[in-house]
Amino acid sequence: MLNMTGVRKTYATGSVEVEALRGIDLHVEQGEYIAVMGPSGSGKSTLMHIIGCLDVPTSGTYTLDGVDVSAMTEKQLAEVRNQKIGFVFQQFNLLASLTALRNVELPMIYAGVPAHERRERAMSALTKVGLADRIEHRPGELSGGQQQRVSVARALVTNPTLILADEPTGNLDSHSTREILELFEELNDAGRTIVMITHELDVAERAKKMSHIYDGLLIDEVPTHGAAK
Amino acid sequence: MEWSETIRTAIAALNARRMRSLLTMLGILIGISAVMLTVGLGQGAQQQITAQINSLGSNMIIVSPSQTTSSGGFRGGGGAATTLTTQDAAMLADAEVAPDIAAVAPTSSTSGSLQSSSTTWTSTVVGTVPDWQTVRARTVGSGRFFSQAEVDSAASVAVIGSETATELFTTGSPVGRTFSINGQSFTVIGVLESAGSSVSSNDDDTVVVPLTTYASRLSSSSAANAVSTIYLSGKDADSLSAAYQQVKTALLASHQVTSTDADFSVSTQASLVETATSITGVLTLLLGGIAAISLLVGGIGVMNIMLVSVSERVREIGLRKALGATPAVIRRQFLVEAAILGMLGGLVGIILGFTGAAILTPLIGMTVSISIPATVLALVVSVGIGLVAGVYPATRAAKLAPIDALRSE
Repeated sequence: MLNMTGVRKTYATGSVEVEALRGIDLHVEQGEYIAVMGPSGSGKSTLMHIIGCLDVPTSGTYTLDGVDVSAMTEKQLAEVRNQKIGFVFQQFNLLASLTALRNVELPMIYAGVPAHERRERAMSALTKVGLADRIEHRPGELSGGQQQRVSVARALVTNPTLILADEPTGNLDSHSTREILELFEELNDAGRTIVMITHELDVAERAKKMSHIYDGLLIDEVPTHGAAK
Repeated sequence: MEWSETIRTAIAALNARRMRSLLTMLGILIGISAVMLTVGLGQGAQQQITAQINSLGSNMIIVSPSQTTSSGGFRGGGGAATTLTTQDAAMLADAEVAPDIAAVAPTSSTSGSLQSSSTTWTSTVVGTVPDWQTVRARTVGSGRFFSQAEVDSAASVAVIGSETATELFTTGSPVGRTFSINGQSFTVIGVLESAGSSVSSNDDDTVVVPLTTYASRLSSSSAANAVSTIYLSGKDADSLSAAYQQVKTALLASHQVTSTDADFSVSTQASLVETATSITGVLTLLLGGIAAISLLVGGIGVMNIMLVSVSERVREIGLRKALGATPAVIRRQFLVEAAILGMLGGLVGIILGFTGAAILTPLIGMTVSISIPATVLALVVSVGIGLVAGVYPATRAAKLAPIDALRSE
């Protein structure tokens, strides 16, 4: 479903060329829950950007759900992100001026979903993450864990092929971390494909599979304790 | 993305920074109301002048003497030149010479000191013929105008303006009473209806006497048949230009001159209106231009604020892009925001313009005329300024790479 072959990404910072990714091969099947682990500077952010179609590889191919996204225009990438990817960010990235419900509606606005259907689907996504009673709250009125659950609802609502979580627990306390990770497990059990980028081992171990990225290369792919469950 | 959502998002964004949006609007607001007021003032003045010129008479043609500049650029002295005569007038009255002329009024005028039994007064004394009434569209309020017979016999009768009447004869009807002009005795036979004051002179302060009487008893000119102006009226508005040509051709022939060194000039009401209109038009353009500069500055203000807004909202833009907003959607978002700023500024500016016009009109005694098309245009212009000012910031927002935008703190 997600197929990455020989993906390289080179950045030119001034006169120096930085090779952030040096030939990544990554395959994720439908329904998998995989964690990509690595220290800062390992290229995991760059990998996340490419998986998330926020950026295109310098070379190599990347197909998502059968679509080659390695040479798409900005407009096409935006549409792929809208339809196929649900993002969960470390910083939550909710719009402070909008209510939880409107935040969850946002990707559907860009997809052109009619207003009443948008509202229904946003409601059910928020119910799924346990925030049915908080829909009219703005992000400032919610705890960190609740905000992250709103952003999980936002990631779910478009029914994406892939949920891409970038350090989803990085800004959360241990209690909220547990809640979010449980939520991911439930989603995965319900058949969702999840790729999680993290630098914390105990978080990564909650996924079914774990890959290590180091110096722009994926070095191994091992099953975790989570897989045994 | 639907338009309703785009507009809703734009309004929410403007509302989130209310004070800043208000201040930005102020630039457009002041510009629009300044343009509306200056242009309205110009148009008001134009209408007023046109109305005054039209009140002079109907289908009027004016022949006045002019000095030729053929002899080395030398210009003869002042308005004392008397190149027009009663013979000219008589010729123009001939239906064969100028078939489209309805009435001819040779006229001379001077300043005269008037004296009644009680007061003295200075006024304009006009010598003319009965047709003057037709040509200048004046009516007599009490008494009567003098007849052709009285012109022929050079009778010492006078028709006076309503203001002259009240100044000279404070009580009772002036008709039948006598007074003197420059020491010469005259009898009042009629008082003119008020015509209101015109651009150049007060038409209610005047004394009208038969032309022959004027020539023999009041004129300082040596030539008895000289007149200072010939007023003519055309048969109707449609034949006015034909009448104009007939007058000009006949006079050129009888004066034996070509049009380049003509010793007279012919003008019509239309040409007077045209001259006045072009003068006020230039003035309006000048003032409106200055006001338009303030509008331009307002537009730059909108652009400036939109740029600030884009760099402040880099993260928001990045998130929207990550969630599927295409560059075109982001561009439209910011363009709509700028256009709404412009439109709100324009709307309030229009209200301010109308209020200003209502306050100014009685204050300066001039009509400030704001038309509906001008108002619609002002609104279109303000939205347009918003859009133009928004293009650059919106393009910058649209071009932001989502990863750079998301990364920025």
